[in-house]
Amino acid sequence: MKKKATFLSTLVGVVMFFCLWQLAALLINRPILPGPIEVVPLFCKNVTGELGLHFLASAGRVLAAVFLATLFAAPLGLALGQMPKLDRVISPLVAIIYPIPKIIFLPVIYVLMGISDISKITLIAMIIFFQILVVVRDEASGLKKELILSVQSLGAGRRALFRYVYLPASLPAVLTALRVSVGTAVAVLFIAEQSLTSYGLGYYIVIETYQVLLYPEMYTGIMGMGLLGVLLYFAIYAIELKVSKHLFVA
Amino acid sequence: MIEVHKLRFGYGGGVFLFEDFSLTIRRGESWTVIGPSGCGKTTLLYLIAGLQSPHGGEISINGEKIVRARPSTGLVLQDHGLLPWATILENARLGLKIRKFYGPDGKHSPVNVQVDSEKDDRRVQYWLNWLGIEQLRNMYPAQLSRGQRQRAAIARTLVLEPDLLLMDEPFSALDAPIREELQKVMNNFHAESGLTSLTVTHDIEEAVVLGEKILVLGNSCNRTPRVIDNVLCGEAATRGGAEFLRRCAELRDLLAAGNTRGS
Repeated sequence: MKKKATFLSTLVGVVMFFCLWQLAALLINRPILPGPIEVVPLFCKNVTGELGLHFLASAGRVLAAVFLATLFAAPLGLALGQMPKLDRVISPLVAIIYPIPKIIFLPVIYVLMGISDISKITLIAMIIFFQILVVVRDEASGLKKELILSVQSLGAGRRALFRYVYLPASLPAVLTALRVSVGTAVAVLFIAEQSLTSYGLGYYIVIETYQVLLYPEMYTGIMGMGLLGVLLYFAIYAIELKVSKHLFVA
Repeated sequence: MIEVHKLRFGYGGGVFLFEDFSLTIRRGESWTVIGPSGCGKTTLLYLIAGLQSPHGGEISINGEKIVRARPSTGLVLQDHGLLPWATILENARLGLKIRKFYGPDGKHSPVNVQVDSEKDDRRVQYWLNWLGIEQLRNMYPAQLSRGQRQRAAIARTLVLEPDLLLMDEPFSALDAPIREELQKVMNNFHAESGLTSLTVTHDIEEAVVLGEKILVLGNSCNRTPRVIDNVLCGEAATRGGAEFLRRCAELRDLLAAGNTRGS
C-alpha cells in the first residue's frame, strides 16, 4: 500500500522550502546566495524569454530519453521476464552494467555518435533503460504461476496474456522506475549540457551565468532545472495515481 | 463427457504419476479427487484443463481430444488468480473481454459465442449477486477477505457459462466456517445447474461433501482408478452424522492404503 501525497502536503513542502532558502540567504548574506524574493520575480520575467528556450531544450531531451528508454526497455524486460532461459543468459550482464554510472561513457558517446542532441539523449536514455528493464523484468517474472494459469483457463493465449496481464502488471512498475530515475536523468543532463551545445539549462547555468558571475540569473537556471525535476516527478506520480489505483486504496 | 484413456504422465526421473490410467466422467456428475500431496491430483486437473499435455494416452472431452486449454472449461485455483489491479467487476468481466478480444475462433473462445454486451452485463451481475459479492464490485482484491476473493474467482469462471468446472483445492486456504459455507454454495450450485465438475481436495470431509464420486489417488504410480460412489454428496447438513463419519473413515483407510511413503 502506498501513501498518497496530498495537494496540501505538497504546498506545505513548497512554502517551507522557500522559507528556508530565504533564511539561508539572509544568514549567509553573500552574492552567491540570493534569496527567492530576488530570484523568483527574475525567473518569472526571464522564463518567457531566453530562459524558457533553455528550459524547453532540457525538457525535450529528458522526455525524448524517457520515451526512447521505455520503448526499448519495457518490451525487452517483458520478454526476459517471460523467458527464464534467456534471462539466465542475460541477467549477469545486466547485473554488471546496471550499477555502472553511465555518465562515464559521455566522451565515448560523443565520439561515437557525434556532437549532437542525439548523443546527450542516448546517454540519459541508457540510465533510464536499465532502471526500467530491471523492474519490468522482475515484475513480469514475479507474476504468480496461478495467475497466469487461471487467466489462460479463461481462454487467454499469448496475445491476451500480454494485453490483460503482462502489460497492466508492468505499467505501474515502469512508472515507479521512471519516477525514481528521472532525478538521475536530470542530473546527468546537467553535466551533459555543460559542453558542446548552446541550449539547455546546464549550459545556461554554467556557461552563460556562473562563469560570468551573474548569480541571480544563474539561480533562475537552477530553479528551472529544479522545477524540471519536480514537474517530471509529479507528472509521473499523477499518472501513477490514475493507473495504479489498486496500490493506493485504503 | 470426459474420457481419460490410457493416460501416462510423469515429471521425469523415470517415475510416472499415471500409467495406463483410464477414467470416464459422465455429464452432470460431480467428482472429487483426493490423495496425499504429490500424488498427481492437481496434475490430473491440469491435464484435463489442457494446461499440461500427457506423455502418453489421451484425454478427450465430448469426443474432442484435449491439446490446449478448452474455452468452455472453467477453472478455479486455490490461489484465486484475480488480477490485483482490477476491481471485482473488472475481474468478473475478464473472461468475456478475452473472448471479445479473440472473437469466436473456437480456440480461445467457443465457436458459438455471441458478443452481446447487455446480456454479458446481466450475467456478470447475476453471478456476482448469486455469490453474494455484488456490493463489492468496485473494490480491489486486496480489500477483500479470502472467502470473498474465492467467490469472485468462481463468479469470473461461471460468467463464461462453462460446461465443465474444474477446481483445485478451491477452499483449502479458508477458515472452517467460510469453507463450509462455500461448500454449501457449491452444493446448491450443482443442484441448480447440474454442471459436470471435478474438485481436487486434500480434505476428507470436503471430498465427501462435494463429490458424488470420489477418486482416490495414491502416491505411487496410479494405474487403476479407485472410485467411491458417495450418496452423501450435496448434503452438507449430514456433516457430523454417523453415516458421514463412517464414509470419512472409509476414505481415510483408502488413503492410508494408497500412501506408500508412510507419514
